[in-house]
Amino acid sequence: MWRITIKKLPDKKGYFGQYGGRFVPETLMPALQELEAAYSKTQKDKSFQRELKYLQETYIGRPTPLYFARRLTKHLGGAKIYLKREDLAHTGAHKINNALGQALLAKKMGKKRLIAETGAGQHGVATATGASLVGLECEIYMGSEDVQRQSLNVFRMKLLGAKVNEVNIGSRTLKDAINEALRDWTTNVRTTHYVMGTVFGPHPFPMLVRDFQSIIGREARKQIIKAEGKLPDYLIACVGGGSNAIGLFYEFLNDAVKMVGVEAGGRGIETGEHAARFAGGSIGVFQGCKSYLLQDDDGNVLGTHSVSAGLDYASIGPEHPYLRDMKRVQYTYATDSEALSAFELLSETEGIIPALESAHAIAEAVKLATELPKNKILVVNLSGRGDKDVQQVARIKGIEL
Amino acid sequence: MNRIETTLNRLKADNKKAFIPYIMAGDPDLEKTMEHVMLLAECGADIIELGVPFSDPLADGPTIQRAAERALKAGVTLKRIIPFVKKLRQRTQVPIVLMTYYNPVFKYGEDAFIKDSVKAGIDGVIIPDLPPEEGEDFIKLSRAAKFCTIFLIAPTSTKERIEQIVSACTGFVYYVSITGITGSKLMFEKTFKSHIASVKKSTDKPIAVGFGVSTPEDAKMVSQIADGVIVGSAIVKKFYEHPAGAKEFIRKLREAI
Repeated sequence: MWRITIKKLPDKKGYFGQYGGRFVPETLMPALQELEAAYSKTQKDKSFQRELKYLQETYIGRPTPLYFARRLTKHLGGAKIYLKREDLAHTGAHKINNALGQALLAKKMGKKRLIAETGAGQHGVATATGASLVGLECEIYMGSEDVQRQSLNVFRMKLLGAKVNEVNIGSRTLKDAINEALRDWTTNVRTTHYVMGTVFGPHPFPMLVRDFQSIIGREARKQIIKAEGKLPDYLIACVGGGSNAIGLFYEFLNDAVKMVGVEAGGRGIETGEHAARFAGGSIGVFQGCKSYLLQDDDGNVLGTHSVSAGLDYASIGPEHPYLRDMKRVQYTYATDSEALSAFELLSETEGIIPALESAHAIAEAVKLATELPKNKILVVNLSGRGDKDVQQVARIKGIEL
Repeated sequence: MNRIETTLNRLKADNKKAFIPYIMAGDPDLEKTMEHVMLLAECGADIIELGVPFSDPLADGPTIQRAAERALKAGVTLKRIIPFVKKLRQRTQVPIVLMTYYNPVFKYGEDAFIKDSVKAGIDGVIIPDLPPEEGEDFIKLSRAAKFCTIFLIAPTSTKERIEQIVSACTGFVYYVSITGITGSKLMFEKTFKSHIASVKKSTDKPIAVGFGVSTPEDAKMVSQIADGVIVGSAIVKKFYEHPAGAKEFIRKLREAI
C-alpha cells in the first residue's frame, strides 16, 4: 500500500505526527525560538533567497546532473537506473546544500561562530566551507573513531580554517560528537550558531534542513520529466539522519512515486551490530527530538555499527518514522558487505566511486532493478563521492596503500 | 504537602537557606550511594538530588559524564534506583529528588514512573531536557500524585518563558547560574542579579541555584541571593577522587550556606 497525500508538516510545536518536538535544556530554548523566527523571516526575504540561489548555482554548482547509468542498467538487465549526482556538488556531497543555507542564515542573525558535528566528515567539511565563504569562525566536533576512519576529511577541515575537536567519550562516533556540539552550543549560545547536519534534533532543525535539501528533489523531478517524459517509479536514498533522503523525496511526496529509504544493516540485524533503527529500534527521545531509536530496556542508547560513518547513528530524523507510519516511504537496509559490493560495482561499471553511505542506496537499487522490468525507472540519490572512503575500503580488503 | 515543601517552608520560617547536594546514583555502586546519602544527610543536606545515569548526558560536563559511565557499568538504572530509594526510606526521611534525562522516564512510562516513585518515597524530579511545553501530560500526572516537578530557568530565559516555567514548578524553581553545562566554572554574568530578581518577582516559590557552584565561597555568595544552593560536580568529584576528604568538604559547604 502506498499512500500519496501527505500534510504539510511539522506543526507549530515541531511535530510530524507523534515524532519531533523540542527536548533540550532550557538554555537552548530561546535560541531555538530565535532561529525559528529568523528562518521564517528569511523565507520571505527576497534578497536572502536571491543570494542563496546565486550561490547554489555559482558556488555549489547546481543543478547537479541527473545521470542515466547505462552500463549499470545493462549489467543488471532490469529497470533503468538514474543517479542524482550530489557527489558533484562542491565539497563532494549533498551536505553543502544545508551548510551553506545555515551559514548564510547565521550571518544574517549576527552570529560570529559556527559549530557542527560530523560523522563521515562531509558535513564538517561543508560547514567549514560555508564558514569560510561567509567569514565566520568554525569549530567541528568529531568522534575519535571517525577521525581514524576519515582522516582525509579531518585534514580538509583544517585546511579550510576550522578547528577540529576529537570527542573521546561514549562510543566516540557521531552521537557523541552531537552531544559535545550541543554542550558547546549551550555554553556559547549567544554568539554561536549550531549547524545541525541532518534532519534531526530539536525543532526547527528537521524542517529547516529538509527545506535546504529539498532542492535535490525539485531538480530531479524536472530532470527526469525532461529525460523520460514521466515521473520515475521509485526513488531510493540511504538514511543516516535522513537529510539526503528527505531532500530527494520531499518534492515527490504527493506524486504516485514509490520511495525507499535504506538504513545501515552493518554486520546484520541479528548480530546487533548495525544502525537499522526501524529494524531494531523503538520510539525514544534523543538529542532533542522524539523518533525511532536504538535503545535498551532502560532507555539508554545502544552502540551502533556501520562500515559507513555517516550512517552510523542510533536515531533517525523524525519525519522518517512519520512517513513510514503513513505508509508513504518504505524502509529497508543494506549490510556492510552489500554496500561494499555496490561500491565496487558502480566504480567498475560507471567510473563513479560512491561514498560508502550512498553505496547503501546503490545496493538497494541493484536488488530492485534486477526484479523490475526494463520499462521501470529508478532514481537513486548518489549523495556523496567516495574519495574519502578509498583508504578505508583498501584497509577492509587488506590492501596496503 | 510533601517532604520538599515541608522542609523548604521550615527553612523559610527559620530564615535559613537550603543546602542541596547532588550525587550520581550507582557511582560506583548502590551500596556506596547509600553510604554517601547517609553522610550527606548527617552533614545537614536539606534535600538530596540523586542523578539517574544516562548514556548521553548532554547537559553535563565531564565530571558527571564519567560518573554516569561508572554507574551504568555497575548496571544501575531507573529500575534499580526506585527500589533503592524505598530501601533508603527505612533509614532517612531527607527529601529526595531524582535528576534524570527524559528518555529513561519515557521508556519507563510517565505514569508508572510517577506512581512508582511516589510509592518508593521519592519526592520530585528534575528533567533537564524536558521543557514545560513538552511536559504537559507529565505535569498533570505529577500534580495528581503530589509529585514535585522542578523545571530549570537559564540565564537566557526570556520573561515569557520565566512565567511559563515558574508556573510549571512545584517544590522549588531551579535557576541555572551559568550559560553552560554542569561543572563549569562559576562566572556570574553582569545580568545575574537583575535576572534572578525578575524571577523572584514572578513567583513566591523558593529558588535554588545550581551549575558551577563548586566551593564554599561560591556557595556562600549564592546563598545570599537564592533560597537554596545546589552543588553537584564538586561533590561527585570529591567522592570519586578523595573520598576521605568528602565529609569535611560537605561540612564546609553546609556551614557556608
